[in-house]
Amino acid sequence: MLKYILKRLALLIPTLFGVVTIVFFMIALSPGDPARVMLGERATAASIEKLRHELGLDKPLYVQYGLYLQRVVKLDLGKSIKSGQKVSEEIRDHLPATVELAIWAMIFSTTVGIFLGVMSATRKNSWIDFGSMASALVGVSMPVFWLALVFIMIFSVKLDLFPTGGRMNIRYYFTPISGLYVLDGFIVLLKSGDPKVLLSALHHLVLPAIALGTIPLAITARITRSSLLEVLNQDYIKTARSAGIKERRVIYRYALKNALLPIITVVGLQVGMLLAGAILTETVFSWPGIGKWLYHAIEARDYPAVQGGIIFISISFVLINLLVDILYSVVNPKIRLS
Amino acid sequence: MDKDILLSMEDISVSFYTHRGIVKAVRNLNLQIKKGETLALVGESGCGKSVTAHTINQLIPMPPGKIESGKVIFEGRDLLKLDDKEIAALRGKRISMIFQEPMTSLNPVFKIGDQIADVFMAHEDIKKDEAMEKTVKLLELVKIPAPERRIKDYPHQLSGGMRQRVMIAMALASPEPGLLIADEPTTALDVTIQAQILRLIYDLKQDIKMSVLLITHDMGVVAETADRVIVMYAGRKMEEADVYSLFENPSHPYTQGLLNSLPSNEKYSDSTRLEAIKGTIPDLLTIGNECPFENRCPFAMSICRESFPEETKLDDDHSVWCHYVSDQVRTHTRAGSLLPTRGKE
Amino acid sequence: MNTEIQENTKEKSDEESAEKNSLFKEAVFQLKGNKSATIGFVIIVGFILMAFLAPWLTPFEPNDQDISIRKTAPFITSHILGTDDLGRDLLTRIIYGSRVSLVIGTISVSISLSFGILIGLISGFYGGWVDRIVMRFIDIMLAIPYVLLTIVIVALLGPSLVNAMIAIGVSQIPQYARVVRASVLAEKENDYITAERSLGASNFELMFKSILPNSIAPIFVQATLGVGDAILSSAALSFLGLGAQPPTSEWGLMIASSREFVTSAWWIVTFPGVAILLTVLGFNLLADGLRDVLDPRMKD
Ligand SMILES: Nc1ncnc2c1ncn2[C@@H]1O[C@H](COP(=O)(O)OP(=O)(O)OP(=O)(O)O)[C@@H](O)[C@H]1O
Ligand code: SF4
Ligand SMILES: [Mg+2]
Repeated sequence: MLKYILKRLALLIPTLFGVVTIVFFMIALSPGDPARVMLGERATAASIEKLRHELGLDKPLYVQYGLYLQRVVKLDLGKSIKSGQKVSEEIRDHLPATVELAIWAMIFSTTVGIFLGVMSATRKNSWIDFGSMASALVGVSMPVFWLALVFIMIFSVKLDLFPTGGRMNIRYYFTPISGLYVLDGFIVLLKSGDPKVLLSALHHLVLPAIALGTIPLAITARITRSSLLEVLNQDYIKTARSAGIKERRVIYRYALKNALLPIITVVGLQVGMLLAGAILTETVFSWPGIGKWLYHAIEARDYPAVQGGIIFISISFVLINLLVDILYSVVNPKIRLS
Repeated sequence: MDKDILLSMEDISVSFYTHRGIVKAVRNLNLQIKKGETLALVGESGCGKSVTAHTINQLIPMPPGKIESGKVIFEGRDLLKLDDKEIAALRGKRISMIFQEPMTSLNPVFKIGDQIADVFMAHEDIKKDEAMEKTVKLLELVKIPAPERRIKDYPHQLSGGMRQRVMIAMALASPEPGLLIADEPTTALDVTIQAQILRLIYDLKQDIKMSVLLITHDMGVVAETADRVIVMYAGRKMEEADVYSLFENPSHPYTQGLLNSLPSNEKYSDSTRLEAIKGTIPDLLTIGNECPFENRCPFAMSICRESFPEETKLDDDHSVWCHYVSDQVRTHTRAGSLLPTRGKE
Repeated sequence: MNTEIQENTKEKSDEESAEKNSLFKEAVFQLKGNKSATIGFVIIVGFILMAFLAPWLTPFEPNDQDISIRKTAPFITSHILGTDDLGRDLLTRIIYGSRVSLVIGTISVSISLSFGILIGLISGFYGGWVDRIVMRFIDIMLAIPYVLLTIVIVALLGPSLVNAMIAIGVSQIPQYARVVRASVLAEKENDYITAERSLGASNFELMFKSILPNSIAPIFVQATLGVGDAILSSAALSFLGLGAQPPTSEWGLMIASSREFVTSAWWIVTFPGVAILLTVLGFNLLADGLRDVLDPRMKD
């Protein structure tokens, strides 16, 4: 087990290195001069030259690459052109909002998705199965941003049930502790007995989390169904049934634990999709996270910020998938004990 | 009805409705198992042995399966009429099963101790600790060394033979085992392990006084362990006899073919399997009312293509379903001596 | 003597490909009976017809503005789905939008397909270090979430519809390469390949004439899914201002420019999204059906 984890960790290094390299060269070799793009069409040659020098763009490519690698290793992603702030600091400031949104979206999509998948698999070919699989297919065919707008239109504008955006009612001033507002709200509640912050945080989370979680939900439901159906065909399920284990237990304990293995992998892959989907969802809901920040960086052609953002998200994605793989091996005794 | 009879299947027909058509897997089968007896069900692969066994405790997947007719009487009740709860209460408690593939028949993500203890807890109102104690005792009974340690193992850490012992233990994890259905319990194992497992089943049967339905396509296994034998072919019963009569006086052309294909010097050793007789099994999709063996049978007559034969009783304990044998019996008084001889002699 | 053997092997490989052929026929036959494939197919045909027949399907022009009738509600006037903020007929714009989506779907999938097939084929066929390097590279590319990759590529190339197509196509190449490689690896081991090799078929012939046609099934499924994905991605890019530019009638762009009307004109937001949803659903349904039929493991 330990050996397995070490092996995975060793494999991680070339992957990370590769990601940084690809992102660097993609940006460096793309047509157009970042300095010119940043300064606009009417910039003078001198000012462009000055910026090129500041960004190190006048050095040979391999030198630039070497310098960039050195800085990335030190977790230095450069300075944002737009704000002048360090990219790593900007990421740090915007990260909690995205993490919070992603966690709730994940909780929503995984629980509901697995539940629907189990219902479908155990009632194969019934109208429940047909209905949830049809909805799942609709779910994966939908543009997230459109769903988000429709949600706003129905639940915020028409029914006035939820706010149209933001993370917190601005009237509730409080100093963030973890930056995860639900957690912070909970702390406030414990300290002062005031549930306002907690409730407002949850209130603001509902629509964006559901919108962001819809596609992963649909995928999870589909994979749960097919994985569970496959497991239910296995000999050991027949064994459990023939031994008189109750059907509920056969499904929720004996079958689901086996079916969980492929589900875990898929859920892990969705974290990447979630991070990317966050760009759209956060933009629609004015959610001050990494996605919205990256969107504005792209809009402003803020190269260092874009570069840093992409690298950060990709690396998080790789690390999360590593965690998922480790989790997988914990659930699967064949790997754990070898 | 006979008080000695534990299970009685009457006129069972089972079909599978697949996209290719209707597979008539078992047809008009009658079968009885007496208390304490070992009944062997033999026949080539695909002849419907497993389907027969799975019909008993409602393990036929429906759909595509459908039980077209018949009853399964066990302790005065028709098992086919029981609902999910009632049948689940019998499964593992009065009727247990072990399967052919020890490699895939145990749940890979649970410790074997937990899997067995779970069966105890499904049938008795006991705590986990107590169930574990019972599990250890049971593993001892099936001769697994160091059971206290083994209960913490996962299936993949055990050899095939050990796993099959675990399967047997699981099948016996009941306060009152009645019938053990063993569906090819040794097919996937080494020859030496096979003998051990068969011995184990035999001993346990003597100790616990349960009945065994032993499914196999290994005539050697039949000779060694069974009290009575039913020979099946393409979903039909062909011959039924006590084991002694069957081997001394095999009367159905198919049974003769089976025994002929055994290596002659090594009499019915463990390693022998039913070998294909010339020709192939008929397609279960298109088969009609003929004798299914007709296309391979050296004695086939025109009537064989028209109707499946009635039972011909050769003896109290020996019946055959064959037109040819029926004719022979009608024309001669002592049928056995005049039957076609086995090529081996 | 020698020629006899050769003829035998030749016959055998012909037989095998004939078998494949009838398998294909059976697949088409089964597809007809597959509900999701049929529904998907009907939707896609409708979508393609709409794209080709656009000018004959509507009396309006997609870019004709008429401020006097701006934000007309749907189902009341001859503007069946209403008009947008500039008085343009919404239905007409949606119909014309199918052209844009069709082009995006086709072109970006063609890009991913051609490069993906080439890379996957070479990698799977030659194996060894070529394969190792290619796979390593693909793994790294797949570590970057593909929506993100698409966004960066367009951001770098500059926002436009053409660049969006390129970006979508390019960022999907690793996916396709992996699918192609997997089916090439499975196909390579077959006897008929060995037979043809012994008959002196060149690597090129083996790759493109024997292996590729026989491993096309999963690639086909992936491409069908890919068209739907491309339409979704292009909508997302346009929504972010990175794809189609006004006044193009692109569905994502139409949604983007409707954002401010969530309070006043629900139809401008809703209908373009429904168009995307239906079209992508069509491709997903067809792909599902294809997978059921072509992947024998999924059959019961
Ligand atoms: N779930 C099913 N769906 C369709 N056909 C089935 C199904 N289960 C069994 N059959 C068919 O029923 C027939 C009898 O199968 P069965 O499993 O009883 O054979 P068997 O005698 O146990 O053979 P083996 O020695 O290979 O285990 C076979 O033709 C098989 O194809
Ligand atoms: S009934 Fe006819 S075909 Fe069948 S076994 Fe007897 S003789 Fe042969
Ligand atoms: Mg069987």
